[in-house]
Amino acid sequence: MASQIISLSSIATPNNGVDLDEIMQQKAEHQGCGTSGGSGKASCGTGAGQGDLAPEIWEKVKNHPCYSEEAHHHYARMHVAVAPACNIQCNYCNRKYDCANESRPGVVSEKLTPEQAAKKVLAVASTIPQMTVLGIAGPGDPLANPEKTFKTFELISKTAPDIKLCLSTNGLALPDHVDTIAGFNVDHVTITINMVDADVGALIYPWIYYKNKRYKGREAAQILTDRQMQGLEMLTERGILCKVNSVMIPGINDHHLVEVNRAVKSRGAFLHNIMPLISAPEHGTVFGLNGQRGPTAQELKALQDSCEGEMNMMRHCRQCRADAVGLLGEDRSAEFTTEAVMAMDVEYDLESRKAYQSLVEQERQATADAKRAELETLAGEQSDVKILIAVATKGSGRVNEHFGHATEFQIYEASASGAKFVGHRRVDLYCQGGYGEEEALETTIIRAINDCTAVFVAKIGGCPKASLEAAGIDAVDRYAFEYIEQSVIAYYRDYLDNIRSGAIVHGQRGDAEIRQGAYIAA
Amino acid sequence: MAFKIVSSQCTSCSACEPECPNMAISEKNGTFVIDPAKCTECINYFDEPQCVAVCPVDDTCIIDNNYPRYVA
Repeated sequence: MASQIISLSSIATPNNGVDLDEIMQQKAEHQGCGTSGGSGKASCGTGAGQGDLAPEIWEKVKNHPCYSEEAHHHYARMHVAVAPACNIQCNYCNRKYDCANESRPGVVSEKLTPEQAAKKVLAVASTIPQMTVLGIAGPGDPLANPEKTFKTFELISKTAPDIKLCLSTNGLALPDHVDTIAGFNVDHVTITINMVDADVGALIYPWIYYKNKRYKGREAAQILTDRQMQGLEMLTERGILCKVNSVMIPGINDHHLVEVNRAVKSRGAFLHNIMPLISAPEHGTVFGLNGQRGPTAQELKALQDSCEGEMNMMRHCRQCRADAVGLLGEDRSAEFTTEAVMAMDVEYDLESRKAYQSLVEQERQATADAKRAELETLAGEQSDVKILIAVATKGSGRVNEHFGHATEFQIYEASASGAKFVGHRRVDLYCQGGYGEEEALETTIIRAINDCTAVFVAKIGGCPKASLEAAGIDAVDRYAFEYIEQSVIAYYRDYLDNIRSGAIVHGQRGDAEIRQGAYIAA
Repeated sequence: MAFKIVSSQCTSCSACEPECPNMAISEKNGTFVIDPAKCTECINYFDEPQCVAVCPVDDTCIIDNNYPRYVA
């Protein structure tokens, strides 16, 4: 089959870091992907990434980067920070902390009025045509600011009707607002649920504010969990897709989250996102100050793996800010300050957005076709060998970032059943100080991907390549600008061949660090 | 008597504003302030001052000793 050559730049200026000329060049040189295996399993045609989802659910999630791992390579989202107030206190959150260079939930650079937010959405949607989702995630709780949240939805649903609306809440006020949420056709709601046992909850939530009273300790946690479960059931009854976010806090709720997973699954949650605790003393949070550690990469993966049964697990969450803009791995919020947005003369062009998105769909389909074709070459493979591969990418599902420019690596698990996205590791270090030396930089990256057998890059210099080799990580640039999953499968096939021929000896890799500390959206 | 908001502590999150039964709280110069003429310490309304109960930063909504205690 011939590879499609798609010029996304012909319609709009994507400016999302994908070098389209380079892609086209590479595609032209590419000899076509997997012309063998004509008798493989039945093709699922249009279902790029659909997997075993029901068609009506796939329709809801397919362009939502926070609900579909596959979509997050292609589609962008934005959050507007219209909801500063909160109704609970969490030990991993400190509302006094306000660093413009920090990227994590609960942090924003400036809050917006609903009117400013609506203007910003139009400005971003016109600049980034693959931006399909508008979320309200704080920096407090959207439902502790119901007037501002729903006013924003009202304005946007009028001016940009093609944009999906979603919100993320702690759930305390959710039962009071489910009907309003349904009325705005919000079909994605995320609830942060860290426990279903008030004794565990008392260690995470010092207090809640509910019905004009501050509750503390176990009593507070019991009210919170009751309201969360009630809200989840009400959403499910109305057919609203619900994602559950859980923060993994080692020693407090790590084992308990298996029970949380069962509880939310039985109440109809669609997707479970277990995230690592972000905790550093400089954040001034209770957990940061008392030395509560976050999980290691392998601890997180083991918990995610153990919860992965009938319920989908989300592993591509970037724990982004409440004013983030762009693809999940990037943050373009600095381009869209209130000052800049108010000065923009925005014309919302629905047709050109649609045209651009149809090209994204073609590219996406080509990615899925390439993966499927490559997978057929693994048919009948019986090996138990599993390896992790880190990938430097700027998006679009391709190996298209230079090693030295990567601010994160996407992690794929390669096995006889194919390539599976299992996480990502951020490696940006600029705010940590003292890491300017190239040697230190490489050391930090190696710590972040130490559990990986190989790292795929578009390009890499001789020095970092040698450092990686010394750490036992194969630096691979032969898949530059190719599709990630296709390349992962091809590498794995070669890896197995090399084990059989005795060229390499397969060994277990160690654990890796999840980056903590401040972040600059460079 | 009244409560006041320590402006250096205020995160300007606005949580207190709608909870005040006396409409005594408003935004001023980027943070929130309590009008002492309107504040009743929530006496006769609630068991505890609402601004204190909802504020995310401890010791931010405090008694203003420049005013005598409110008498219902």
